[in-house]
Amino acid sequence: MEWVAVATLLILVLALALTGVRLVLGPSLADRVVALELIALIAVAIMVVYAIQVGRPAFMDVALVLALTAFMATVGFARFLERGGKTDE
Amino acid sequence: MSEVLTAIMLLAGALLILIGAIGAVRMPDLLLRMHATTKAGALGAGLIAVASGIYFTSPEVSVRAVAILAFVVLTAPVAAHMIGRAGYFTGAPLWEKTLKDELRDNLDRTGHYLHSGSPQEPGDDNDSQRQ
Repeated sequence: MEWVAVATLLILVLALALTGVRLVLGPSLADRVVALELIALIAVAIMVVYAIQVGRPAFMDVALVLALTAFMATVGFARFLERGGKTDE
Repeated sequence: MSEVLTAIMLLAGALLILIGAIGAVRMPDLLLRMHATTKAGALGAGLIAVASGIYFTSPEVSVRAVAILAFVVLTAPVAAHMIGRAGYFTGAPLWEKTLKDELRDNLDRTGHYLHSGSPQEPGDDNDSQRQ
């Protein structure tokens, strides 16, 4: 069980690095918001895997709260883009 | 038995998220990137949440796992819809090999107003004048 958790964490960190590449490259703000949403999702997954690895279910609460706030951040960014952000054209 | 099931679901979820991240880097435009990240990412995170619910056998942890699963699965399409709409309205460029963009002619960009049917003629841009 121990090596499965470590392997899962390694795969998730690789996914996090790839998403970071897209976050830096852009090119538009909407692309970066998509990358941020995926980063929040990967962070939720990492917290759940860490809770399994150390055997402490209290970390599940943190993952739940992060999933809630990431959705709010995404909705806020989308409204900002539509209502007053700079456009690409 | 539950350990094996947990291990399989953890690895499958992590690999799905990795596929989503690879898609985010490799896909050519915004909508295709969202196509990769939203579905694969939500399914991967949901699988990992279910795996934790199986691993911790106590019911209060399982309820949290189901709550994470439900929240991720319910909010991912809503968030993707809002970003896709905002990206399209702000003029994110489509892939050069895109075959159809039927919405482009029917979009009044200044008022965020969409109309159906054939595109309006130039000089006939006000609906109230037509009636």
